[in-house]
Amino acid sequence: MAYDPFQIVQSSAVPLPLENVDTDQIIPARFLKATKREGFGDNLFRDWRYAHDGSPKPDFVLNNPIYSGKILVAGRNFGSGSSREHAAWAIYDYGFRCVISSFFADIFKNNSLNIGILPVTVSPEFLDQIFQAIEADPKSEIKVDLPAQTVTILATGQTESFAINGYKKNNMLNGFDDIDYLHSLESDIRAFEKERIF
Amino acid sequence: MQATTLFDKVWDAHVVQHIPDGPDVLFIDRHFIHEVTSPVAFLGLESRGIGVMFPQRTFATADHNTPTINQHLPVADALSANQLKALEDNTTKYGISHWGLGHHKNGIVHVIGPENGITLPGMTIVCGDSHTSTHGAFGAIAFGIGTSEVEMVLASQCIMQPKAKKMRITVNGTLGKGVLPKDVILYIIAQISASGATGYFVEYAGEVFENMSMEGRMTVCNMSIEMGARGGMIAPDEKTIAYLAGREYSPKGEAWDQAVAYWNTLKTDEGAIFDKELVYHADQIEPQITYGTNPGLGTGISKSIPVSSAVLDGEASYKKSLEYMGFAENQSILGKQVDYVFIGSCTNGRIEDFRAFASIIKGRKKAQNVTAWIVPGSHIVEKQIKEEGIYDILTDAGFELRQPGCSACLAMNDDKIPAGKYAVSTSNRNFEGRQGPGSRTLLASPLVAAAAAVTGVVTDPRDLL
Repeated sequence: MAYDPFQIVQSSAVPLPLENVDTDQIIPARFLKATKREGFGDNLFRDWRYAHDGSPKPDFVLNNPIYSGKILVAGRNFGSGSSREHAAWAIYDYGFRCVISSFFADIFKNNSLNIGILPVTVSPEFLDQIFQAIEADPKSEIKVDLPAQTVTILATGQTESFAINGYKKNNMLNGFDDIDYLHSLESDIRAFEKERIF
Repeated sequence: MQATTLFDKVWDAHVVQHIPDGPDVLFIDRHFIHEVTSPVAFLGLESRGIGVMFPQRTFATADHNTPTINQHLPVADALSANQLKALEDNTTKYGISHWGLGHHKNGIVHVIGPENGITLPGMTIVCGDSHTSTHGAFGAIAFGIGTSEVEMVLASQCIMQPKAKKMRITVNGTLGKGVLPKDVILYIIAQISASGATGYFVEYAGEVFENMSMEGRMTVCNMSIEMGARGGMIAPDEKTIAYLAGREYSPKGEAWDQAVAYWNTLKTDEGAIFDKELVYHADQIEPQITYGTNPGLGTGISKSIPVSSAVLDGEASYKKSLEYMGFAENQSILGKQVDYVFIGSCTNGRIEDFRAFASIIKGRKKAQNVTAWIVPGSHIVEKQIKEEGIYDILTDAGFELRQPGCSACLAMNDDKIPAGKYAVSTSNRNFEGRQGPGSRTLLASPLVAAAAAVTGVVTDPRDLL
């Protein structure tokens, strides 16, 4: 298991109503030299969260205690920019298991799915409804049900389905990355190898 | 029976599992590893607590970081020494074959595989290096992979991969005097640009490739990645079989007969459909040279540097490219000053390349203004250079033979071209700073490199043959 299996996550959510949030904002390049995967959560959105002297910027949502939870809700084209897998690690390490948006950049989406973050794509209208619900009540809960592929705003009962690749869904439900999946095929692979002529 | 291609036949025979709405799980016959892209992969295995599934299908060499002189001395650069030591430790721990620095079979990974018969037709072959496409010359599906995929193959001998689209590039006719396989691939890349084959696996077909030696085919397949292709293949034929007979890792006896019978079934069937087909003729191909900062910015050596409207690249990036190189539109490439000449690399570091180089320098002298690095692809190639008398031709002309390694191709070791200097290089990439910060690379064949080495300027080798 590469990460905790994802079945149903029901939690309050942190709103980031900004479009085109790129991977340099999610994790600035100067933090990419680390050789381990832990500790990246401290540097999530570093330059939006902290001033140069290290003091927290009061206006940034992660520094506002009324917002918390395992779900991040973001404007369209979240994760654009470089292929750094570190961006997904930072989000996971901070404590988020799910990001909801109306559009995700491709590489970031794949990186997320491989390390245990579920990117949920909803319609622009539903995204607005989520932002409105959180604004009305910061403790408002969202329920993300992976087996049913639905996302629900619990305060209003509004719900929408989301799409996910079948293979990736199965991996997420089991906490598998690609190597875990292949490891589960070990006896098939060994049987296949015996038949090889070279 | 549906007509299928060489690529389909080899791919389909290796699918352990097809995931609906997902990638194929592809079994890998041969996994080559080297000191730069393997250390983190092995660390990953350790942290998962799993081992290498098939050590006997894994082959290691040291090539990217190694010095090409005084290999008997301890490696001076600490980071390089660390990577070499990590490879030594990891291969010992897991029981993986390792031809390290000083081993008599050591050399560049894509040279040692074929020359020892480790690379065979119909195989799937991967390595953490983009020029793995070289092995496609044998009718293998061979491609480069990233470090996390290196870990994947070590752990499971498989890779998750969506099946690429298929492109066939046909070149008919007979190559003119002084025109080599390197010129063929440089010509093709110039026609379609550095991203012209992105998303495709390429098959090379036609008279030019049928008549080409195995080493020539390796040069062509090697640079498939430089037009964005996932890989490149040439169908195995009697040349392939003759090359492989008797090599150390080639099958023997009954296994050999079985293998040959299988290899003869692999070529593309008549009427098979490709997603894209391109056709060229040998008459269109003269010795080539690049003048820009990607391999697609090349042209015939007798031609001038094109105006930006005539190239596929965007205007702004084209202008930036010419500025970096210190060149301008409409300038003649012939006669341009050359400071360094590098012959070697996984593209052109084999015996035929050195024979070609020697054919021009014989009886001539190295130009005073040129620094030349002559780097064999392996110790086996080095030995052949000496046995065939090429070593004597080199030294008589004032050249020095170095020891095997990737060397100045990517300049991870000390073989770095200084800033602003022009190098005619038989390697595969001319990106800004590739051969050293500020260095200016002109990619070419061994004949063009030899001609530059003796005249000190860019010269048409046909004038010296």
